[in-house]
Amino acid sequence: MEGLDFSVVPPYADLILTGALWTAVLTISAAAVSFAGGIGFAVATMYGPWFVRLPVRGFAWLFMGTPLLLQLFLIYFGLVQIGIDVPALVAGIIGLGLHFAVYNADVIRAGITAVDPGQNEGARSLGLSRYQSFRHVIVPQAVRSVVPPIGNNLIALLKESALVSVIGVAELVHAAQLAISETFRPFEFYIVAAALYYVLNLMLEAGLRLIEKRVEATR
Amino acid sequence: MDVDLMIRVFPFFAEAAWTTVQISVLALVLGLAMGACGAAARLSRVAVIRFVGAAYVSLFRGTPCLIQLFVLYFGGPQIGIELDPFAAGVIGLGINIGAYMTESIRGAILAVDRGQTEAARSLGIGRGQTMVRVILPQAARLMIRPLGVNTIALIKGSALVSAISLVELTYTAQRYIGSTYKPFEMFAIAALFYMVVIWVALQAIGWLDRRFAIDGGR
Repeated sequence: MEGLDFSVVPPYADLILTGALWTAVLTISAAAVSFAGGIGFAVATMYGPWFVRLPVRGFAWLFMGTPLLLQLFLIYFGLVQIGIDVPALVAGIIGLGLHFAVYNADVIRAGITAVDPGQNEGARSLGLSRYQSFRHVIVPQAVRSVVPPIGNNLIALLKESALVSVIGVAELVHAAQLAISETFRPFEFYIVAAALYYVLNLMLEAGLRLIEKRVEATR
Repeated sequence: MDVDLMIRVFPFFAEAAWTTVQISVLALVLGLAMGACGAAARLSRVAVIRFVGAAYVSLFRGTPCLIQLFVLYFGGPQIGIELDPFAAGVIGLGINIGAYMTESIRGAILAVDRGQTEAARSLGIGRGQTMVRVILPQAARLMIRPLGVNTIALIKGSALVSAISLVELTYTAQRYIGSTYKPFEMFAIAALFYMVVIWVALQAIGWLDRRFAIDGGR
């Protein structure tokens, strides 16, 4: 047993912090895709015609029933098969984004369904159009019940972004692996990477709590 | 779609699926044990034990499972723990999912009405007996669904052990994608097997849920 020696880490601080920065970029970009996609999927399955609803449902079913890692492989290596060569970072953002879009869609659908139908009837009978009622009456109420579960998905997304290292995106895990390949000190660098994820996670949780409080205050 | 190729590699994927099942079942057993211990710790009357339980949950839920597997498998030898990929996979996945199980079990126990404890205690039943005979049988019913959700997450998460070179479904798919350049076909077979495994797990969870439902199932 060799002793642990964390003094091997400081020379690689730049590399590791750049990795953490890319993890943040990856998470934020994928989160944006997952929000937009989630809203799109939810609206499509709730209000779309059958030829839109069916493929979206099938897609969701496939994405929920298989591991994210496999989905990343499919997007990164699979798009090449049909002649589309995407950079690893883009493949990672699309993969993570679509995966979590499916989960977000579920949450958004449940949030909209949970608003009392009387609210819509009331708004419509006051003369609001179908769109106005949805936009100004249903959505603001749905948002309150949707924010906490979307936050949970976001926390999961941050952690799952580690998987993108397997398709070669230079994020935190990948940076740690690079440092390990030069120093042969896996324990120290993986622990440092874990600590950084933990810190990012705590920051994200604190941010989410602030948002939840603000949304709650509009009640 | 190259169906010929898919038929040819099918047996190898079946074998790999069996490894995925074994890993998942063993990690589930370890995860449930860790979850039970974790929940007991979090509900303990001793502050230090409560803290240990809370730290376990926070650390293992706050960092990626992939990193936990890497620390164990690649970092382990540095502190004298040498494991083969299968053992590291089972232990890593089991301890990780145990943190989620801890919260599900704790949540179910806390969801049992407080009056049940009060009534049992006022009847002169001891603390331990109240827990074992009154609270746990009621909490068990509430646990089945959340523990089921964790189990499905565990099966999908078992794909991560491919990154420590354990030959399970995802690793097999990856290997055949590398040698055949047919990712869609290989993904389709692997996805099929994952869905079968998950479907079986869902049936088992549904059966347990009906079997232990107080009102005989809805």
